[in-house]
Amino acid sequence: MARVVAGLATSHVPAIGAAMDLGRTKEPYWKPLFDGYEPARKWLADLNPDVIIIVYNDHGSAFSLEVIPTFAIGVAEKFLPADEGWGPRPVPAVHGHPGLAWHLAESLILNEFDMTIVNEMTVDHGLTVPLSIACGEQKNWPCPVIPLSVNVVQYPPPTGKRCFDLGRAIRKSVKTYDKDLKVVVFGTGGMSHQLHGERAGLINSKFDKNFLADLTRNPQRLIELPHIEYVREAGAEGIEMVMWLVMRGALDENAVEIYQHYHVPASNTATGLMILENQPLTV
Amino acid sequence: MSEFEDIPGTYLFDKDRCHDGYQFNMFCMSLVKPKNRQAFRSDEASYMDKWSLTESQRRSVLERDWLGMIKAGGNIYYTSKIAATDGRSFQFVAAAMSGVPEEEYRSMMMAGGRPVEGNRSKREAD
Repeated sequence: MARVVAGLATSHVPAIGAAMDLGRTKEPYWKPLFDGYEPARKWLADLNPDVIIIVYNDHGSAFSLEVIPTFAIGVAEKFLPADEGWGPRPVPAVHGHPGLAWHLAESLILNEFDMTIVNEMTVDHGLTVPLSIACGEQKNWPCPVIPLSVNVVQYPPPTGKRCFDLGRAIRKSVKTYDKDLKVVVFGTGGMSHQLHGERAGLINSKFDKNFLADLTRNPQRLIELPHIEYVREAGAEGIEMVMWLVMRGALDENAVEIYQHYHVPASNTATGLMILENQPLTV
Repeated sequence: MSEFEDIPGTYLFDKDRCHDGYQFNMFCMSLVKPKNRQAFRSDEASYMDKWSLTESQRRSVLERDWLGMIKAGGNIYYTSKIAATDGRSFQFVAAAMSGVPEEEYRSMMMAGGRPVEGNRSKREAD
């Protein structure tokens, strides 16, 4: 039986990927951020998962405004890094897990989450930066990855509750897959940031720290946060944090916090990273 | 006034902006292909003729008026592809939109970013 054993939430700022790609991580601007990633990299390498499900948003790469799926799941064997205008990131191709991905697609749809099924797609910084953050520089990513994209660009994005409930459905669906797999779920994006308008550069560390504090023990408060609260308090693009709730929903209620790291700024953004683990199964 | 419109300096990408900005954002989207970036660089005005853009959309691109692009229905994840074509960063564009030199914007971010106090509501900001 497959099971979700842990979750990791992290920002997916493109500049973090660029800092790695250009070898600038030891510079004074970047060092404190990357130092904070070291324990997470060690944790993930020790855990050695069989599959990672990455919940992220596409930023006009695989999808444009032509078709805007609220929730989409990639079922392909392979996903290439997208060209976002600067040329594709020089990172390895992402290998999928069609077996589990198709099982999730079927099971989620039958559980009333009407997923868009994607056979062919590129993956942008929303997915590759979290992999770089959690795995470091690699010739090949350590395990197969299932991309699960959430629309947070076109209003309205799904509600926090819907995202959390999708996480719940993922947890249930993983359990009904008949291969013995250790699955980790990443929730990505955020934390507070605004990239557009005269209000660009907004950061709200108090909001972020309360979000980090409540994610483990009091997710109910976060599930009920309306979109306007994210936009007003955490910046228009801070709405990405609803994707952290998919990860939280995929973990058990009594999941424990293993690690957290918070740093301002990475380019225009407040960055956060949090790791949650399910308690071991009791016999 | 919708509650989102009460937030200062913010242009939520809603149904109206998607509708008004569709052609514009799809033009931006075309710049993810190297051959299109090259064609755009060699003759910006005639490259844009392939889409039905409004005068203000065309003008904002030609003048690199980053805030004007947003006001004309551009979405930041699409207009950033023009920035990428120019070899510019998100931070360069953010500074331009907020109307300060990039160095000043960068210092603001290093000092913890733009505070939320005074920036929650248009009433509060006035």
